[in-house]
Formats: sequence, C-alpha cells, structure tokens
Amino acid sequence: MSMQNINFTLNGQAVSTEIEPHRNLVELLQRFDLFGARESCGQGLCGCCTVLVDDKAVSGCLYFATWVDGKSVTTVESLDANGALSIVQQAFIDCGAFQCGFCTPGFVLMVHQLLKEHPNPSDDDIVHYLSGNLCRCAAYPEIIEAVKVAARR
Amino acid sequence: MKQVGRDIPRLEVRAKVTGRTEYVHNLRLPGMLYGKVARSTVPHGRIRSIDTRAAKAVAGVFRVVTGEDIRKLIAEPYYGPAFHDQPILALDKVHHVGEPVAAVLASDPHVAERAAQLIEVEYDELPAVYDEVAAMQPDIVVHDMLKPAGTFADLKHLKGRKGTNVALDYHLRRGDVDTAMARASRVVEHTFKTQQCLHLPFEPFVSVAEPGDGTLTIHTSSQTPSFVRTEIARLFGWPENRVRVKVPYLGGGFGAKVYVKLEALVAALSMLVRRPVKIALTMEEQFYMITKHPTTFRIKSGVDKDGKVVARACEVFWNGGAYADIGPRVTQKSGFTAPGPYDIDNISIDSYSLYTNRTPAGALRGFGIPQLVWAYESHTDLIARELGIDPVEFRRKNILREGRPQASGTAMKDAAIAEVLDAIAARMSWSAPFDRGSGTIRRGRGVAIGFKASISPTTSVAIVNVSADGSTTLYTSTVDMGQGSDTAFAQMVAEVLDLDSEDVRIVHPDTDVTPYDMGTLGSRSLFHMGNAVRLAAEDARTKLRALAAEAGLPENTNYPPAKIFKKRYGMQAGNVIGTASFVPTYKSPDAQTGLSDNVTPFWMIGGSGVEVEIDTETGHVCVTKLVNAADCGKPINPGVARTQLSGAAIMQLGFTLSEDMRLDGGQVTNVSLADYKIPGIRDIPPMQNVLVEAEQHSGPFGAKGLGESGTFGVSPAIANAIHDAVGVRITSLPITAEAVLRALRAQAGQPLEDE
Repeated sequence: MSMQNINFTLNGQAVSTEIEPHRNLVELLQRFDLFGARESCGQGLCGCCTVLVDDKAVSGCLYFATWVDGKSVTTVESLDANGALSIVQQAFIDCGAFQCGFCTPGFVLMVHQLLKEHPNPSDDDIVHYLSGNLCRCAAYPEIIEAVKVAARR
Repeated sequence: MKQVGRDIPRLEVRAKVTGRTEYVHNLRLPGMLYGKVARSTVPHGRIRSIDTRAAKAVAGVFRVVTGEDIRKLIAEPYYGPAFHDQPILALDKVHHVGEPVAAVLASDPHVAERAAQLIEVEYDELPAVYDEVAAMQPDIVVHDMLKPAGTFADLKHLKGRKGTNVALDYHLRRGDVDTAMARASRVVEHTFKTQQCLHLPFEPFVSVAEPGDGTLTIHTSSQTPSFVRTEIARLFGWPENRVRVKVPYLGGGFGAKVYVKLEALVAALSMLVRRPVKIALTMEEQFYMITKHPTTFRIKSGVDKDGKVVARACEVFWNGGAYADIGPRVTQKSGFTAPGPYDIDNISIDSYSLYTNRTPAGALRGFGIPQLVWAYESHTDLIARELGIDPVEFRRKNILREGRPQASGTAMKDAAIAEVLDAIAARMSWSAPFDRGSGTIRRGRGVAIGFKASISPTTSVAIVNVSADGSTTLYTSTVDMGQGSDTAFAQMVAEVLDLDSEDVRIVHPDTDVTPYDMGTLGSRSLFHMGNAVRLAAEDARTKLRALAAEAGLPENTNYPPAKIFKKRYGMQAGNVIGTASFVPTYKSPDAQTGLSDNVTPFWMIGGSGVEVEIDTETGHVCVTKLVNAADCGKPINPGVARTQLSGAAIMQLGFTLSEDMRLDGGQVTNVSLADYKIPGIRDIPPMQNVLVEAEQHSGPFGAKGLGESGTFGVSPAIANAIHDAVGVRITSLPITAEAVLRALRAQAGQPLEDE
C-alpha cells in the first residue's frame, strides 16, 4: 500500500510520519503511543475516539489520518502536560464523573471545547455538546455536574 | 471508622481522566498477530465445506485456522462454565448466526479482516428455533446431546440427555398451591415477556495470548481471571501453573466478560503459530458473543379477601441461545426468587433454561433478576388495581419481613425490604395529591421492588503484604471494571492497619501472583472478597504484633511497622504477609422440592419509583422522575455506591424503553449503536438515588454488594406508571412509543393495523 507523508502538530510538537491512506486518526495516534483516543463503536457515535483537530472535536475513528496534514492535533494526553490536571479533569474527579473510564477522555475533550465556546453553558448547551458522547456506565448525572463545576472555577 | 465510610475518589482517577489507564485494548507485543473471525451466516446448519483459498491468497495473511485445525491441537475443544458445549471454532455444525467458523491471522488487522470476508462456507441448513416457549417442544433440537461440565453437582444428572432443548429445569414446591388456589377468593394470571438485549461494554471483548516456554500468558479483558486459568489449563491438559492470566482495568463488563469468551480462541491460535495473538472485537461483533436472556414468565396468584397473596405459581422460560454459558445457573439461582419479595405460604416454581438458535445468553447486571421483577412487579400492581388497594399498601401487606422464610425456605436476614419500599414512597411523596395531567398529556406513577440472592458457594482469597517501610500492597483477583473495588478494598485494608486508603497499592489480577477468586460478578466482590481482604489485613496485623514481640518491643504499643521491621532485622528488610480465604456456608436446594434453608450468604434489595408523562397522540413515554433505592448494608464508599445505583438504573432504563436486538430469520438486524439505541445524555430523567443503610452483619464492616440492585425495579415501575396514567398495560419489553400507542388505540377500539 502506498504511503503518504504527513506533517502536523501533535500536542504542540511538530511531527512528521508516513502512513497508509486508509488508516484513521486513532491508528495514527497509536503509532505515537497515545491510547487516550479509543475506537469503540467505529461509527462516530460514541465519542470514545474524540480528538481536537484545530480546536474542533472530531471522531478519530471516522477521520482519515492523512487529513491532519498541516493541522494541529490535540489529544487528552496534552491536558496535564505541565504536570497539573486541567480544570475539567479535576472537576471530573471531584464529581466522580466516570466509572470504567473508557469514554472519559472523549468527554473531557468535548467539555474543553464546550467551555471554550460557552464559558457559562446552559443545560441545553451541555446536553447539545455532549449528545455525541456515550457512557455505558451511565455517569451522565455526574458528568453534567462536573461541567457545571468546571465552568464555575 | 477512619477509612471505611469515607467518600474518597477512586484510586485510579488520574489515569482515567488523562487517558493513561491500562486496558488490554492498548496492549501490543513484539511479533504479535491480529486475529479476525469469519462468522456463520446461518442460524442452524451442518458445515459442508470451508474454502479458505481466497483468504490465504491475500497478501500479508499469516495463517487461516478452522475448527478442524484446532481439533488437532485440542482433542475436545469445547468449553463453558456449566456445559462443555461451545467449540473454540465451529465443528460439524453451527448453532447461531455470528458463530465463529474460522480465524485469519495477520500482522495488520485490516488484512486479516479483509481475508476473513473471503472465506466461503457452505452449509446444509437446518430448521431453527428462536422462541423459548417453542423450544420446550423437541421438534427442532439445537444440540444433539447435553454435555454438563461437571463443575456443578446439580447439573450432573443431565449428562448425555438427548432430544431436548431443556439445558436445566429447576422446580420448587412449597406448601400446597393447588388447594390454596382453589380456596382463594380471587385468582389472577398473566404472562410477561422480555426481549434480547446486551451489555455493550465500550471496550469490546479483547484478549491477547502470549506463548512462552511450556507456558501461556493471557492478557484479557475478563471478569474471571481465575476461571480463565482453570479452563484454559483443562483444555490443554496442563497443570494450572503453566497458564498465567493477567487483567488490567476493564472498559466495562456488566457480566459480559465472565468465564471464557475470546480466551480459548486466542490461546489455541497462539499455540498453533507460536506467536502472540490478539483478537479485539468490533462493536458489531459483540452482538454475536453474549446477551441477556429473553424470557416468558407465566405467573398466577391466589389472593384472599383481605388482599393477602396465599398462593403463587411461576413458570419461567429462559431463552439461553445456542450455548449454555452460565444460563443454567441463572435458571436456578434466580429462579427461586421468581415469586418476588413476598410472604407466600404456597408456592410452585418451574424454571427452564432453553437452547435456541440465537446468540448465547448469560449474566447481565442482575443474573436474570430484572426479567423476574418485570413480571412479578407488573403482576403485583395488576392485582392491587383489581382489588382496589393502593399499590404501595398492597406491597406493605405482603412483603417478606425480617426473619421470614423466602420461597426457598431461607430466612430473610439483614434484608431491608420494607425500608427500601418506604424510602421510595417517601421520595415519591406517595401520599400527597398527584397531578394527573390533562388533554393529550397524561401523568402517572408507579413503584416496584425486587430482590436477589448472591451466587453461592464461592471462594475468595486475599493477600496483604506489608513491606519493610510499612507501605502496604493488596493482592486479589478481583477485577475493577468501573465499580470501584480497588478503592473499597484499599479503604478496608487502611481501616484495619491504620493507614491512609490512598497509600494502599492494589496489584491487579495476575494469576502468577494474585490468589484465587471465583469471579467479579453478581455483586459478590464487596461481600466475599471484602471479607477475605479484611481477614487478610487482620492476619497481617496479628503477624506484625508477633514480629514486634520477637523484636523485644513492649506489648500493646502501636509502633509503626517500619520501626518493627528495623528493630527485628537491623535494617529496612523483611515482609509481613497476611492472607485469608473466605467461603460462606451454603446448602444446595433439595433435588425434589428445590428448598434450602441456606441458599445465599446475603440478600440484595432494590427498587424504583417513577413518574411518567404519556403523549396519548404518539404513545411517547417521558420519565419525569426516577427514584432508586437499594439496601447497601453499611456503604464502604457512599459516593461510589451512589453512582453504582444510578448507573445501574440508567442502564435498565435503556433495557426498558429502547434496547432490543431485533431478529429476522435468525439474523440480528440492528448490530450497531446507530440502530441499537442505548441511553445518552438526553435520556436521563431527574433522578434521586437513595442508599438505605442497613447493616449486613456477616459483611465486611457491615457492607454488601449493590452493583445490580439499581436495575431491579425500573422496568415494572415504568409499566405500572404508564398503566396509572392511561390505563393500558404493557406486558413485553421494550416499552416503545409504538407499543404504548398500539395499546391506547386498542383500548379505544381503534386498533392500529399490524406491521
């Protein structure tokens, strides 16, 4: 399979690699030992593979790896790069907003985008932004609470 | 209590919010091959031929393996916890659509997947049976002969039985049902059905097998590492110590990942090719692995003139699908609770586990209890309505009180049934006036309560290791799949040894290192392993005191462990190992009567109250209030306990209102999250979750399990509320808008045409 050369910014660092055109973004990130974006439903419905590309959440399972060429990719692993958890991450902990944790990075990234665009989100804003993230452990009440706590901080 | 009862965050919170949690999903090993499975396209058939030539010709394919290849490695390649009925890859016959027929190995999973699609299998199709009641007749027989595993004494009599789909029949007789029914002032009978649905953990099934020098290591997303070791060793004819099973965190389990799932397949494949093999299922493939039993429950009650239930007859048919898995245990272990938490003198129960040509069914958050509660609490509500008695009052009149014998004959002990019912009624403001809506929006409310026995007899072993600096590590084979067991056990160890919970380290299941545990299932861990953990920590404390005495330190003083070690060994050296096993007592039900006076080590009690709004033009059901209450003993970590209750109830909300594996000619037609609707953030009603604290005297620090209790009451409470709102009774799950609209139109004498 022919390889394609791509250059992009990954969590603030310029990187380049070669990848086959059929690979998705989750597979690309795994090559960089980043496992926080997880392919689960494979249809862009559960949000477990959420990654920010140029600050917008995308479903990594439906996003071709080659599309990030020239773009900036942010994964959950970047949020505590300076050693401290983000406000959103700390709020998820304080509110007990997860159980098994498999979907958590996707929710955390989506909440980052939500709060960037709506620093004081209404209940409608919260469910609108998070309706593309599913949690089988159903920590939804605690997640909604965590969003509100993070917004207040 | 300094540590137990504290609301501390889970130990692993940082890893979980930063995406660094260790799951098998992440694991890659040098030289590892990826396996993809070719699956049966027919529900029932004899395999005529398997043509693997096109698959083998795909560039990058390392090996294609069929059932016959595995038979050369393992003479009897059948596994299962109750029956040895499931082949690693299909042999001779297939029994359900999606059954694994062949596997392709390649370094690139995409290559393996493409090649698997090129495997051509020809079948001589056989007639198939899908319905549990139809399967009672031997017209179509799924398996030629029953093959009980021998693990369970009460299944042995089934060995070699032919010409039947009944994998287990359990019967209970208490009092004299016929006479009591004949004397009852009223006899009421109904039939209720539940649908096939499934767990769908977001980390789908994934296992990796890694062959060593005469050994095999299996990394697997499993709730039962000890069972996996025993069963894989049995298949290879090895001693257990040649098989090592390692389990990190799980991305959800809910009863799906119990016993052997992918482990036998990756083990066999890796032994054939002498390389590590990983198989990770897709979301779609999970629909062909394990599901929740569809059921038909015929329930009949005799009631006297005072509204006391005097007799109850229960016939339950469990649709177990193509392989028994743990279904026969569900049939019996849940079967004896079929009459509900009511004090009834005359009871008969007939509970049947049936083979059919569907995806196998096993344990799903309640081990069959939610199916039973659906029926007996809908039935109970209907009786109360017929008698014109308030449903809460009717329940109060009939519930089992502390010390009274349940159907099996086992007394209800530390079972807060009345307290749970009262908590729900209080939060529902049951005695206050209720707005019943008007026009096309009608409002109603309902309650339901259920109970469950714990699986028994089972064994748990724990090791507590105090190092020379006093830091402490706990070794158990309990799997933390999100329920918070690591944290709860750390709190128990810390309580006994006077540490901070956050400083206790938990070693995750690794059968080379961590001791035996029956499994993380059925809400058993907090009670069983919790007792073992407490005893192991107490053993370590006793040994530390002995060490202090050896070192010549005065008695009854609280020297820190580091000081004791230093004094005894002259430097930072040595260990203290505390260990304990916990096995509760148990008496097997009598083969004739089904009775036992010691059938469970503890009882779980849960219930829900619901308010709904029904749109009478569309049938749409909007749950406007959901109250869940459970007897949680003394909670070890109330915050985590409350989220368990809440999560279980929301999961059951999905099984009530939307989730349904639809079947057409044996094919499941909605195998994706796009077509199989699970609850999302828009589906969450206003909720209250109430922990009813009632000491479990035999539990560790008074605690008991509660991972399932939140599921019990949700479905019937909703059906009861719908009846209350609009006067129609839904008797089959799920309760879709269409089902409600059909019932409303039928009630109005204007039935909708059939589909």
